[in-house]
Amino acid sequence: MSAADNAARVRFHVSQELVLLIALVLALAILSVTANHFMTVGNLLNQGRLMTEVALVALPMTFIIITGGIDLSVGSIMGLTVILLGVFWQNVGMPLPLAVVAAIAVAALAGFFNGLLITRVRVPPLIMTLATLALYRGLAEGISQARSVRGYPEWFFVLGQGEVLGVPTQLWVLLVAVIVFWIVLSRTTFGRSLYAIGFNETTARYSAIKVDRIKLVIYTLSGLMAGIGGAIFVSRVSTTRSDMGTGLELDVIAAVVLGGTSIFGGVGTIGGTVLGFTLIQLLKNGLSLTGVKGDATIVVIGTVLILSILITNFLQHRRGSDG
Amino acid sequence: MSGMAVREASAPLAPTAFSRLPRVALSQELVLLFALLALFVVVGFINPRFVDWSQIQSGDWGDLRNLKTIFLGNAYIAIAAIGMSMVIISGNIDISVGSLIGILATISGTLAVNGVPIILCWIIPVIIAIAFTSLMGAMVAYLRIPSIVVSLGFLSILKGGLISATGGAWINTLPDNFHLAQMRPLGVPMPIYFMLVLTVAAAFWMRLSATGRSFYALGGNAEAARLSGINRERTTVKVFAIHGFFVGVAGILFATQLQIIQSTVPPNLELTIITASVVGGVSILGGTGTVIGSTLAAILIAAIGSSLIFINISPYWLRAVQGVLILLTVLADLWRRARQARRR
Repeated sequence: MSAADNAARVRFHVSQELVLLIALVLALAILSVTANHFMTVGNLLNQGRLMTEVALVALPMTFIIITGGIDLSVGSIMGLTVILLGVFWQNVGMPLPLAVVAAIAVAALAGFFNGLLITRVRVPPLIMTLATLALYRGLAEGISQARSVRGYPEWFFVLGQGEVLGVPTQLWVLLVAVIVFWIVLSRTTFGRSLYAIGFNETTARYSAIKVDRIKLVIYTLSGLMAGIGGAIFVSRVSTTRSDMGTGLELDVIAAVVLGGTSIFGGVGTIGGTVLGFTLIQLLKNGLSLTGVKGDATIVVIGTVLILSILITNFLQHRRGSDG
Repeated sequence: MSGMAVREASAPLAPTAFSRLPRVALSQELVLLFALLALFVVVGFINPRFVDWSQIQSGDWGDLRNLKTIFLGNAYIAIAAIGMSMVIISGNIDISVGSLIGILATISGTLAVNGVPIILCWIIPVIIAIAFTSLMGAMVAYLRIPSIVVSLGFLSILKGGLISATGGAWINTLPDNFHLAQMRPLGVPMPIYFMLVLTVAAAFWMRLSATGRSFYALGGNAEAARLSGINRERTTVKVFAIHGFFVGVAGILFATQLQIIQSTVPPNLELTIITASVVGGVSILGGTGTVIGSTLAAILIAAIGSSLIFINISPYWLRAVQGVLILLTVLADLWRRARQARRR
C-alpha cells in the first residue's frame, strides 16, 4: 500500500460521509413534501423503533469490517436468541429476566465461537460466519420445531413497545450504544488498533497489537449486540419465531458499507454507520408512505448502495487526477 | 491478512509434470464420493425406501422416486455451483445468484405464456444472465468495487424488483413443450445430461484452457497474475460472464422442472449454492478447487437433506447439519494445508 493509496483511502470515507449526508438531506426534503405523514414526530420516533435492531448490530459490524473481517451470522444469532429466550422462559421455566440474560449470554457465546475459530484456527471470517449462519439458524429451527412462543407478561413489552420521556425505550438503548461505540472507536487505543489491523495486519502484529484478542472481543461483541437486538425484537413483536432476523446481515452490511466503511478494512466511522442505517430506514418508510410497496423499497436500497459507492469512487478519481 | 499466510504456505512448487496433477483436489472429490456412497449405504440399510430398494429389486427403473428427487431436483443447484466455483476460485463471490435464478425463471415463463417460440424462451434468459453477470464483473473489475458489495446491492435490486413486478403470482398454463427439465431423451432425464456434460466440460476447461488457468492465477495471487501478463480486468469480466452462462442454464432447468413457476426467489438458494462450492473443495481464499467437487457436494447436501426424513429426524435440523458440514469441510481443508506446509 503506497502513501498515495493511503491518502486516497482516508479521503474516501470523508467524502462518502458527505455524499451520504447530502443524500439524507435530499431524501428528507423530498419525502417531507411528497409524503404527508412523514415529517411528524410520531412517525419519525416510530421509525427509530423499527430501526433499532439493525442499528444495534451495525455498530459492532462497523468494528469488524474496519478490521477487514465480516460477520454474516448476526441474523442467525438473533434468531437463536429469540428462540432460546422463549424456550428458557416457557419450557425450562426460568423467570423471564433470567431467560433474557441467559439467551443474550448464549448469543455472546455464539459470537465468541466465531471469533475463536477465526483467530485460533484461522478460518477466514467470511466462511466461518457463513457456516454459522447456517448452523445457528439451523439450531433455532431445530430447537423450536417451528413452534412460536407467545404470552409474555405486559411489563416485558416496555423494552420494545414502551416509551421513556416520550421517546421509544429502545432508542435510549441505541443512543447509549452509539455513544459507547463512537468513543471506543475514535478515542481509545482499542479503537485505533482496529484501524491498524484492517490497514495491515502483519504490521499491527509487529507493533505489539494483540490482534487475536481484539478480534475475539469484536466478534463476541457482535454476538452480544445481536442478542440484545433479539430481546428487543421479541419485546417489540410480542412473539418468538425461528425465522426472526432472517436476512438481517444484509441490511446491516448495507448500512455499514453505505456509511463509508471500506469492505477492504482500515476505513470507517460510527458516524457514517449511523447515517447509513438512518438513511435506509427513512427511505423505506418515506417510500412506503408515498405508496411504493415494501418489496420495491429494497430495490431502492440496493440502488442507493451501489450509487453511493459509484459517486464516491467518481469523486475520489477526480480528486486523484487533480493531484 | 490472515488468509495470506495460509495461501503462501500452500502455493504450488515449481511446475513439474507431477505437480500438475490435481492431488489435493482429487482427494477432496474422493472424500465427497465416499461420503455420498456411505450415506446411501447406511441410510439405505436403515430405511430401504431412501434408495428406492423395492423399485430397484423389481427392475422398475423409471420409478426411482427418492433418487429422482435428489438428483433431478438439485441438478440446477449443481450447475449454478459450477459457475459459482469459478467465481470463488478467481477470488470473488456472487451472493445475488439466487435472486437472479428466480428472475430468469419468471422471464422464461412469461415469454412462454405469451407465445414466444420455445427455443427462445430457453435461450433469452441465458443471454440475459450473461449480460447481467458481465455487468457485475465489469463493476468489480473497472470500478474496483468488491464483488460482495456489488452483488449485495444487486441482490436487493433483483429480489425487490421481482416481487414488486409479479406480486409473487404463479405462472401456470405453460405450453407442454416448454418443460425442458422434464424431457427424457433415451430414457434419461434432461437435467442429468446437463449436469454431467457441463461438469465434465467445465472441469476439463478449467484444467486445460489458458483462460481457466488464469482464473486460478487471479485468485491465487492477483499481483503475480498481473506480472505474468494476465489482464486482471478482462479476466474478471470473463469469469463473471461464464458464471452467467451456468446461472442461465440453472435458471432454465429451475423454470422448467415443475408445471408452474412460482415468481419468487427460492429462499436461501444463494447460500446452498455457495455451500456446494465450498464443501466441494473450492477454497474461499481463492486459487484452488474444482467444479467436480462442487457438483458432488451439491448432490451430497441434497442427499443429506433427504436422508433426515428417512431416518426420522425432523427436517428442521437440516440447516444445522449443513452448517456443521461446511465447518467440518473448512477445518479439514485448513488442517490439510497446514500439514502440507509443514512437510515442505
